Amino acid sequence: MKTLREKEKTIFELGGSGKRGMDLPKPEGLAPAAISGPCMRGVAPDLPDLSEVEVVRHFTRLSKLNYGVDDGFYPLGSCTMKHNPKINEVVASLEGFKWSHPMLPYGMVQGTLKAMKMLENALNEITGMDGCSLQPAAGAHGELTGVMMIRACQEKKGNSRQIMLIPDSAHGTNPASSAFSGYEVKEVASDETGCVDLKALAEALDENVAGMMLTNPNTLGIFEKNIQKIADMLHEKGALLYMDGANMNAMMGKARPGELGVDVMHLNLHKTFSTPHGGGGPGAGPVCFREHMAPFQPTPVVDGEGGYHKLNWNCPDSIGKVHGFYGNFLVILKALAYILSLGGNGLEQSTEDAVLAANYVRASLKDDFHIPFDVPTLHEVVFNDKLQEEFGVSTLDIAKRLIDYGIHPPTIYFPLIVHGSLMVEPTESESKEEMDYFIEIMKKIAKEAATSPELLHDAPHDTPVRRLDETKAARNPVLRYGGGKQ
Amino acid sequence: MSRFFPLSDDDRREMLRKVGADNIQSLFSSIPENGQFKETLNIPSYSEQELLNVFRELADANTPVRSFAGAGVYAHYIPAAVDSLASREEFLTAYTPYQPEISQGTLQSIFEYQTYMCALTGMEVSNASMYDGATAFAEAILMAKRAVKKKNTVLISDAIHPHYRKVAESYLKNLGITITAIPTVNHRIEMDVLVTALENEDVFGVAVGYPNFFGIVEPLDEIAAAVREKAPKAMLISVTTEPLAFGLLTPPGEFGVDIACGEAQSFGNYPGFGGPLLGFLTTKQKLVRNMPGRVVGQTTDVDGKTGYVLTLSAREQHIRREKATSNICSNQGWCMLRAVIYLALLGKTGLKELAELNHRLAETAKTAISKTARFKVVPGMSFNEFVVRSDADLEDFVEHAVVNGMFPGVRLSKFGLAKDEMLITVTEMNTVEDIHRLVELMEAAK
Amino acid sequence: MVLQGFYYTKEHEWVKVDGETGTIGITDHAQKQLGDIVFVEVPEVDTELEKGDEAASIESVKAVADVFSPLTGTVTEINETLEDEPEMINKDAQNTGWLFKLRLSKKSELDELMDAAAYEKYLEEEEG
Repeated sequence: MKTLREKEKTIFELGGSGKRGMDLPKPEGLAPAAISGPCMRGVAPDLPDLSEVEVVRHFTRLSKLNYGVDDGFYPLGSCTMKHNPKINEVVASLEGFKWSHPMLPYGMVQGTLKAMKMLENALNEITGMDGCSLQPAAGAHGELTGVMMIRACQEKKGNSRQIMLIPDSAHGTNPASSAFSGYEVKEVASDETGCVDLKALAEALDENVAGMMLTNPNTLGIFEKNIQKIADMLHEKGALLYMDGANMNAMMGKARPGELGVDVMHLNLHKTFSTPHGGGGPGAGPVCFREHMAPFQPTPVVDGEGGYHKLNWNCPDSIGKVHGFYGNFLVILKALAYILSLGGNGLEQSTEDAVLAANYVRASLKDDFHIPFDVPTLHEVVFNDKLQEEFGVSTLDIAKRLIDYGIHPPTIYFPLIVHGSLMVEPTESESKEEMDYFIEIMKKIAKEAATSPELLHDAPHDTPVRRLDETKAARNPVLRYGGGKQ
Repeated sequence: MSRFFPLSDDDRREMLRKVGADNIQSLFSSIPENGQFKETLNIPSYSEQELLNVFRELADANTPVRSFAGAGVYAHYIPAAVDSLASREEFLTAYTPYQPEISQGTLQSIFEYQTYMCALTGMEVSNASMYDGATAFAEAILMAKRAVKKKNTVLISDAIHPHYRKVAESYLKNLGITITAIPTVNHRIEMDVLVTALENEDVFGVAVGYPNFFGIVEPLDEIAAAVREKAPKAMLISVTTEPLAFGLLTPPGEFGVDIACGEAQSFGNYPGFGGPLLGFLTTKQKLVRNMPGRVVGQTTDVDGKTGYVLTLSAREQHIRREKATSNICSNQGWCMLRAVIYLALLGKTGLKELAELNHRLAETAKTAISKTARFKVVPGMSFNEFVVRSDADLEDFVEHAVVNGMFPGVRLSKFGLAKDEMLITVTEMNTVEDIHRLVELMEAAK
Repeated sequence: MVLQGFYYTKEHEWVKVDGETGTIGITDHAQKQLGDIVFVEVPEVDTELEKGDEAASIESVKAVADVFSPLTGTVTEINETLEDEPEMINKDAQNTGWLFKLRLSKKSELDELMDAAAYEKYLEEEEG
């Protein structure tokens, strides 16, 4: 996929004395240093000294070992790898924003606070919710915040409920976030259509259930058709409905969770709202909620009443703070820039195109790859390796072979309820040409699986490194340069 | 039609034909009729040119001033090379490196970051980042709890950042963990108070600031010795909001700290109104299985070539689900990348010089402020921030200074602490002239 | 082939009894399911386990399995070689890959476990 084959040394093998990559002002008349005693560092940390040019070369070369959305098709299911507009970066780099300090008086950061309020309002409009907190720094952080709010709400009502219900198709963060809020997790089975099995839900639902975390559309890309019924069933028993909004890209302008009975949810700004993934973050995971959940949102709350913006810290029923300050503000700006670039019509169009793209890929590949749940899907489609298994070819082989053709593999082996799943989410950002190329390659790989499976087993062939020994990495962890058992 | 959509009208028609759908709306028929949103979202749209103006106007509504603000978020100069390299799309627009063959750039950067953080803190293992210092701190406590079974109390020094304490309270309150404060006098722990607190046999962790929230470098050697003697099983956690201090301070690892965590925004990341930040968490090799978050390890490929992968994943939520060491998935990857580029530029020499410059500028300010009539420096060895106490009305003082183009420091009453105290931070972004100006304003304080 | 001379559980653990002591491990079938094992956590000596208590955990690269104690008793010995050589379980799950030994306090619980023939049948049914 990349022609650059040469390995880049670690930075610790470069460098030498007398070099420097950063120079500093040399003010005169300074007081002497005053650190002494056992806390005065004896030996300076052993960092390499490098010139600027060497640092630039090193990281430029490293960058070339990577593959980003700007390089090509990136159909990672449930990750929504859409185009990251360039204006987002310009906006987040404006001097007035990037240097704004979180402890300045409110009068000095009116622009910052106003931008936060603008995004809150836009997200409320998109989700049909009444309130929003931008504090969570990522999707899982939003889940944790939302589940804590459920807990606080239940406890306020005097309920010490202990169970959170989670469908078996859920992302692993859902049970983990529930456990970190002190809940016991009870799994709810999916039915033959890939949706929550209402009978299983009815059986699991009792007075000890605090709520349910539901991903909608679910991780198979299927809209939970009974979501309103599920909400009613939960509410009837005094439980609350949390919606994991990771797949909101499938619903913008088409349905609003606030109108479907959802009490609280999170959004992933780095998925639906185009902020770059950055090789694993920073994301942002705002929570949106209905009015009755508002007292429990994290503090502080942005208050823009009368046009003057300030932070309200006086929220007695709040779950407290979940972030050191107010969330990933510069990421928040990027999402706001995206939303205001598209407007209401454009957001709906992105959903329509994303859903059309996924269905197009599905229709084009349905004879070559097995679709375990043959029901209508929205923005993503889950295939598996059932038709390839007889040739000894697995999902992993298919994924790695895609790399040989310059395509990022889809999400693999998730959701767990599908054996050998390949989860494809093209998003609205792909041209028909890109998708047709992907379809052509997938068909070719399906043929290769039958005729020359070793091509797949050995893939990828042309990458800077090939398949890596993950067992070795985990058995004898080398987690820093010079580390590990010598 | 938006510039973000590459499908033509013809493409859409042809794709609908392939799908076998009459119109686009029919693809949404799985949404129940009474749950469909039939209106248009009420959000305006702007051309790129107009959009930039909208944001410029907002950015300009923030007041630019010379500033002595710190308290967990620091303004340091960021070399142009950091912005330039970090904005390379291959880093910025890549996903989490789950496909190592095409993610070696990200993976090797993380491996290098982990090495830098270990060198700075004197610890053996670093994870790939946490959301921020406050959540790193909360997760460090949970990690300590996992490592020390059957004990439920954590001692938290009152000299730890109040927001960190608040976040820890949110994280711990549903998990049956008791927080007991270690009270401080003049913003530092008194050893006999600590020793008394350690008599509680239920203690699994002890958390102290280094330097602490008030800028004071507390004697971590004595604190560590006390913990080892009185509560040998307990985990000692150090919390640092300004790790540039490790250019001059003995690293926590040398004192036998078990988990050293905090905020590394100082390294190449803008204040950004407090986010995105860069939580760091470092520990001992033997505790690595209890560590939260991603970590990268070195290995070899099928041809024997060195490469890097995400490893020890069985701790994480996507495998262990409700029993994971944390729910964290996305972290602060790109902020970490900025930090590693920054540290590469800084090097051993630059780190020492920059740390010294920060420290000596702060000492210069301390000396000058001590001579004022109404402001006194709270005594204690410090790195680049310190507390001043004054009998002047600090709210008025700050307001007056801001009008004169200077933010003089963060009033501690903003954290619900003493009304007569202010936390002043001095970095290389402040000049000697700024310091003189600050002192003049203090002289004039009513 | 399921080995004779062991007791088996539905969670794919085996027990070998020698007097009052039971040696516990995971079955060859289980190690195959897990794949390359990279880390094993065993209980501390002297831990008192009830039948069904979480006793150990076994990690492969992409999976983790909790081992529940099939019997009640006190841990008398642990397999320390697994710390450095977790792959022992892959190589010889029902011999040198044992996890821990228990001094059994309720030997009657053995009656609830399966013998080799029953386990073999169970495996066939499970694979269905």
